[in-house]
Amino acid sequence: MLGRLSLSAIPLDVPILVGTFLGVAIVGLAVLGLITYYGKWGYLWKEWFTSVDHKRLAVMYIILALVALFRGFADAIMMRTQLALAYAGNPGYLPPHHYDQIFSAHGTIMIFFLAMAFMTGLFNFVVPLQIGARDVAFPFLNNLSFWMTAIAFILVNVSLFIGEFSQCGWLAYPPLSETQFSPGVGVDYYIWAIQLSGVGTLLTGVNFFVTIVKMRAPGMTWMKMPVFTWTAFCASILIMVSFPVLTVAVALLGLDRYFGMHFFTNDGGGNQMMYLNLIWAWGHPEVYILVIPAFGVFSEVVPAFSQKPLFGYGTMVYATCAIMILSFLVWVHHFFTMGAGPDVNAFFGIATMVISIPTGVKLFNWMFTMYKGRIQFHACMYWAVGFMVTFTIGGMTGVMMAIPGADFVLHNSLFLIAHFHNVIIGGVYFGYICGMNFWFPKVMGFKLNESWGIRAFWFWFVGFYFAFVPLYVVGFQGMTRRLNHYDNPAWHPWLLVAEVGAVLILFGIVCQLTQLYVSIRDRNLPQNRDVTGDPWNARSLEWSTSSPPPVYNFALVPHVHELDAFMHDKENGIDTRRAGGPYEAIHMPKNTAAGFLVGAFSLVLGFAAVWYIWWLAAIGLIGVIGTVIARSANKDIDFYIPAEEVARIENEHSRKLMAQAAE
Amino acid sequence: MAHDTTVPTSGHDEHHHESPVVFGFWVYLMTDCIIFGSLFAAFAVLRNQFNGGPSGHELFELSGLGLETALLLVSSITYGFGMIAAHKNEISKVIMWLGVTFLLGLGFVGLEVNEFAHMIHEGAGPDRSAFLSAFFTLVSTHGLHVTCGLIWIVTLIVQLMGTTEIPERMMNKLTCLSLFWHFLDIVWICVFTYVYLASMI
Repeated sequence: MLGRLSLSAIPLDVPILVGTFLGVAIVGLAVLGLITYYGKWGYLWKEWFTSVDHKRLAVMYIILALVALFRGFADAIMMRTQLALAYAGNPGYLPPHHYDQIFSAHGTIMIFFLAMAFMTGLFNFVVPLQIGARDVAFPFLNNLSFWMTAIAFILVNVSLFIGEFSQCGWLAYPPLSETQFSPGVGVDYYIWAIQLSGVGTLLTGVNFFVTIVKMRAPGMTWMKMPVFTWTAFCASILIMVSFPVLTVAVALLGLDRYFGMHFFTNDGGGNQMMYLNLIWAWGHPEVYILVIPAFGVFSEVVPAFSQKPLFGYGTMVYATCAIMILSFLVWVHHFFTMGAGPDVNAFFGIATMVISIPTGVKLFNWMFTMYKGRIQFHACMYWAVGFMVTFTIGGMTGVMMAIPGADFVLHNSLFLIAHFHNVIIGGVYFGYICGMNFWFPKVMGFKLNESWGIRAFWFWFVGFYFAFVPLYVVGFQGMTRRLNHYDNPAWHPWLLVAEVGAVLILFGIVCQLTQLYVSIRDRNLPQNRDVTGDPWNARSLEWSTSSPPPVYNFALVPHVHELDAFMHDKENGIDTRRAGGPYEAIHMPKNTAAGFLVGAFSLVLGFAAVWYIWWLAAIGLIGVIGTVIARSANKDIDFYIPAEEVARIENEHSRKLMAQAAE
Repeated sequence: MAHDTTVPTSGHDEHHHESPVVFGFWVYLMTDCIIFGSLFAAFAVLRNQFNGGPSGHELFELSGLGLETALLLVSSITYGFGMIAAHKNEISKVIMWLGVTFLLGLGFVGLEVNEFAHMIHEGAGPDRSAFLSAFFTLVSTHGLHVTCGLIWIVTLIVQLMGTTEIPERMMNKLTCLSLFWHFLDIVWICVFTYVYLASMI
């Protein structure tokens, strides 16, 4: 009846998990209770959960990403603490099977649910506004994508309290991840979480690709497109090309586990290296999917706070496209030790080093943008400059490992761990937080508190170096990744320093939370409100709308004349909004519960399949198909906002603008 | 905006984009194409890993395959007739051709299931060897797509019944299904040549 599921699946014997469960349960019940007490369920359902508005979905994505950050960081600091303790005679406080779940969950959550969700949130918020569109091409699919990502994250967290998570690392290499060596449910949780969130990500890629190709405002030719939109475009292409490969790799692993097939098994003719090739044919483009949009953020932020146009727009675009293409030609550098031979390894090593050229072009472009600019050291600029320094170091250690000979020494050592955290924290995370500080007033109508933003930066920045430079050192000293315990006295002091770094990063996160709290508390102070919609005197179209933008984004679709369309209009005295109209009724998509329902049924399907509860899995699958068919038959999917309503909203904003100008 | 010459100023600011549905679905199909490409690659890697079990040469029978292929290729033609009828707004003919397409597709899936059952019965199931894992996965992924197409055809037939005209949204759905159906034909031709014929030479 319940397949593999029984009461023994609940880890009551692990005090850390019981404590975590109690904490999550208390906080969860408190949140649910508060929502009920204030009678907000209807509001949440109507205005958020079923919303197809890209701006609302963006906020939900970013909240999801921040929750994932807490979970992923909790895992991180537990690992660092274990390694600070587990030296010589001390076994530490995490037994190996628990420690292995933690590092697997940490990687999986940080990449799929922090970074990907944050990135999708930024795409959702910024891209339609930057290209002068009223929504994305497929608003319903956008909502569906969010729910697929959200329920996959829920599934990962369910594994904390019911059963276990994968102990096979964030990429679940076979043969360890095969049934023979991992008979439990951990890898199955991993497989279903990856597959379900993969559906969401793939649809996001298609959605933004079509949005950018088809829905740009009149006059916005390709080379007048803002750089962030370019990077979203390139990342969408990478998603569309690489995520299907991930789907296949993980599906084949699932077939091995569920149907006893022999794709990657030791026996039966299976080939483990095929898994590595497939997963990295996705995995390497994936890191560029994450970092290219971060480059896009900096390409918007640096010009805005240097009060200059971006230096070398064309080279920036070409460099982005070059990186996009090169990212498919380097996957073997993740396993030079496979023994593909000197010719193959030399090719992939050189291809890897070549990527540093377009990346270097970008760095010089940002620096030349700052050169002779009137730089305002806003919190955003701290993250941007901190990125330039940190990412360059990370890039250089990457080039070191691109040398196959050196990689044979460094492969799977903590040097590698230090390298990719160097580029992912220093590149991706700094970039997304920079973007959050930059676009927050556009989203919410008030600015984020700057002092707390700068404090958060310094803790993250310094904490990063304390946490990861020691890992470079112990990596050189031969410490391999995923160790639960060690005896080498030379490593111990460095791992203590790394623990200090993790604590500093914790303070950074606390500062970020404080920043959010203080900003929301002081949101009505006049200096914090964004009345004009253009708080930074910035350059692209999203700043021409009110903050937050109206549901339809643009009452009249803007006409684009030049690159940096809004700055061009400001400098030439053109009113981008064309205030005063005449306005027409605006065609909008209606909210729908279908995305939420497909997500909910998918969660049922995934959970049931993990535990072999086949009748329940069938219900989930039928629910998904039934919801999709019902949605297809639904004719009531759109409505018009009447012209008078548009005029009322626009005139209200114009009045505020004039009042502000009069002050 | 008198100085503006680069932008058409017809006075219409409403988004006059054609519906992105068909283009979007085509793009989605290209991602599906990569799924098949990866499965073909996996098959290429594992095609000689028989693990002491039967090879394709011993297992495959061309006569049944010929019929399967014929059914699927003809179903593409009948779907094409359905689209011609749709453009003429002849709904009863559209339903008729969709019905014929459905039956042909159903025949294809039935033959495939029969072939699989036969192989599994002979002890040549997907867990026998890496070659058979790759074979079953690739071919049944295609078969699963055809099955989804069948569900889709039924859905559209039901939605078309009792209507008198084909609105744009329905036309888009028919066009997307058309792309899907022809795409599966192309994939099948690759399966037929690369998996079956190449194994029998």
